[in-house]
Amino acid sequence: MALLQIAEPGMSTAPHQHRLAVGIDLGTTNSLVATVRNGVAVVLNDARGHGLLPSVVRYRADGGVDVGHAALARAAEDPHNTIVSVKRFMGRGLRDLPDLATLPYQFVDAPGMVRLRTVAGEKSPVEVSAEILKVLKARGEAALGGELVGAVITVPAYFDDAQRQATKDAARLAGLNVLRLLNEPTAAAIAYGLDNAAEGIYAVYDLGGGTFDLSILKLTRGVFEVLATHGDSALGGDDFDRRIYCWILEQAQLHTVDDHDKAMLMAKAREAKEYLSDHDEARITALLASGQVIDLLLSETTFNDLTASLVNKTLTPCRKALRDAGLRVQDVKGVVMVGGATRVPRIQAAVGEFFGQMPLTNLDPDKVVALGAAMQADVLAGNKSGDDWLLLDVVPLSLGLETMGGLVEKIIPRNSTIPTARAQEFTTFKDGQTAMSIHVVQGERELVADCRSLARFELRGIPPMVAGAARVRVTFQVDADGLLSVTARETGTGIEAGITVKPSYGLSDDEVAAMLRASYEYAQDDMAARNLAEARVDARRLVEATQAALAENGDALLSTEERAALEKLVAALDNALAGDDLAALKRASDALNHGTVEFAARRMNLSVRKALTGHRLDELEI
Amino acid sequence: MDFSQNHFALFGLPIAFELDAERLERAYRDIQAQIHPDRFAHAGEAEQRLSMQWATRVNEAYQTLRKPFERARYLLQLNGVDALDPRDTSMPPDFLMRQMEWREALADAGGDSGALARLEDELRAHAAELRAELAQQIDRRRDWPAAAATLRKLRFMDKLLEEIEAAYEQ
Repeated sequence: MALLQIAEPGMSTAPHQHRLAVGIDLGTTNSLVATVRNGVAVVLNDARGHGLLPSVVRYRADGGVDVGHAALARAAEDPHNTIVSVKRFMGRGLRDLPDLATLPYQFVDAPGMVRLRTVAGEKSPVEVSAEILKVLKARGEAALGGELVGAVITVPAYFDDAQRQATKDAARLAGLNVLRLLNEPTAAAIAYGLDNAAEGIYAVYDLGGGTFDLSILKLTRGVFEVLATHGDSALGGDDFDRRIYCWILEQAQLHTVDDHDKAMLMAKAREAKEYLSDHDEARITALLASGQVIDLLLSETTFNDLTASLVNKTLTPCRKALRDAGLRVQDVKGVVMVGGATRVPRIQAAVGEFFGQMPLTNLDPDKVVALGAAMQADVLAGNKSGDDWLLLDVVPLSLGLETMGGLVEKIIPRNSTIPTARAQEFTTFKDGQTAMSIHVVQGERELVADCRSLARFELRGIPPMVAGAARVRVTFQVDADGLLSVTARETGTGIEAGITVKPSYGLSDDEVAAMLRASYEYAQDDMAARNLAEARVDARRLVEATQAALAENGDALLSTEERAALEKLVAALDNALAGDDLAALKRASDALNHGTVEFAARRMNLSVRKALTGHRLDELEI
Repeated sequence: MDFSQNHFALFGLPIAFELDAERLERAYRDIQAQIHPDRFAHAGEAEQRLSMQWATRVNEAYQTLRKPFERARYLLQLNGVDALDPRDTSMPPDFLMRQMEWREALADAGGDSGALARLEDELRAHAAELRAELAQQIDRRRDWPAAAATLRKLRFMDKLLEEIEAAYEQ
């Protein structure tokens, strides 16, 4: 039997230790968690052997929460408290939601994002999603036998800033450290591309439960470069179910349906759709609350007629993405199918016809996104050397500002490679104007009213001048998660007023803390203990990263004194880690963070030089 | 290395309009492979922030140099010329005539995709000629005012091509 190694007490963990990280596909219909084990990405199953966790959350009257199969089983019986497809509500207001009539929930309109009234009180879609993430986190920790350093969470490529921010907030609420938000088609491309050693232009057609993405990627020697992405964040397999549901109502001549029957018939519609993937017709039987019996036969031909317009709706983004990428159909070497809905034979045929080739379905369309996310999590956690592959992704929708007359001035165009930043100067409209209101929007249309409003803020303290004399510089920065931050400053007179906005729908740290306190399982939990645990994880990571950096090029880039000063800061943080004083730990972390700025800059410069010369580090003159 | 160096120096390329696209792409990828935020997801705060700044800078430089129009505009800027200064909109009369002809052709085409494709081909061919002129004006003759005038023509061509794409949609 092999001997296990145990570190000396108080010593930092060895830098080569495997860090536990997972990839999570937070889907509309099903969610999955996967990890890389012995170099191979695998989906983690629950105790019963299920990989897919239905994205369903049920709030019970006794205060408990069911997630997954247990919740799904009660959906028809307890529709108001059993939330299905919550992803459709992420970052969405009430007026953004189509098909309200077919949804059995009690919505509450709230600024920024809709809320749902349940027996456990009003819940935001962020809180509901966090329940799903908590289950997946626990599953990951149980399977890997330890605390996770972080997770890569996938989002539809066409998700806007509000939807991305909501997803990240849900992860925070679930106590997950988000290594990266990764676009679903890109995750699928990693899993597919690395499996097949693919090179060339590939299209990823991703039809999930509630969202549709089409990404065009260029794969070259381990680089996955997204050239363009298009989609529809309110089109998915759910819509195919809804068409069948409406057909059932029509055939059975039902005019009013209560919420129980609604939820049951939606489930029957879904079953019929899935059955039709391998059969010519599906029989739909149901017993309604009224005692009425439904017994219908749905043929594949009827199903295809019912859903033809939905299939066509997915081809427009295919055309647009190709055009944005400056490519023609002939340039595409392969089409990868992702998402359970792509099992529908008519969809495969339509996509094959459009691209002039049979789409690739050799990876399980339900699992490929989670597997790709797990591979990326493994790299981001630092378990691989980092030379294996590189992702270059884009922002899916243009970001801009409202200008005079309700028009949009685009600052960052869609399909810009992230991270990216752009600045634009604006001026005052009236003499003596001392404030400017800045309205940030996302979308392709010219009118503000047709785009999504992300945030509004005011820049005050502009010195009074004649109209057009002030200079206000607004900077948009989109980070590697695809999330936007905006800063504005008046530069005309040298008097600067800067502000960083966080979009209004994002949660503040206080709000997250309040939600945590309010939630059931944290009611008796000690918040201070949780904060300390989180700070410890961050501090340990910082100590490890700094030690690794010092070992790599501390000698080359630092003088003896500089190195000694840094090592002193590392030792101080190591010391603080041994105690349980949160404030002291934060102080020591801040000091080390501050102390490494110059060293980090030198390391980065060295990296760039290394890239350009193609030489090994030790051959370079510093 | 510093943030103030020009885009060409960043990629180790000569300052010129004519450019080895493959070399640019290789340099871009090699640098991104070193400094992209994905390489620093487990690093300290300072390195994460710097890596985002570097990757942003490298992306901007790459996008500028990759597109001939932006590259020419940037080269003129390096030489102190704002080619798209809104106060200077002068166009030679013969080009104005051609503009009007093209606009009429676009209006006449309506939704006829065959006519649109013919017009598009003609415009693309002319845009390619203008880019060849730019190379002469910038790299050989170093005639900035002439290059600025060519750039303004190219901007018009790009806008018209966008309108043709919009016409295909309808």
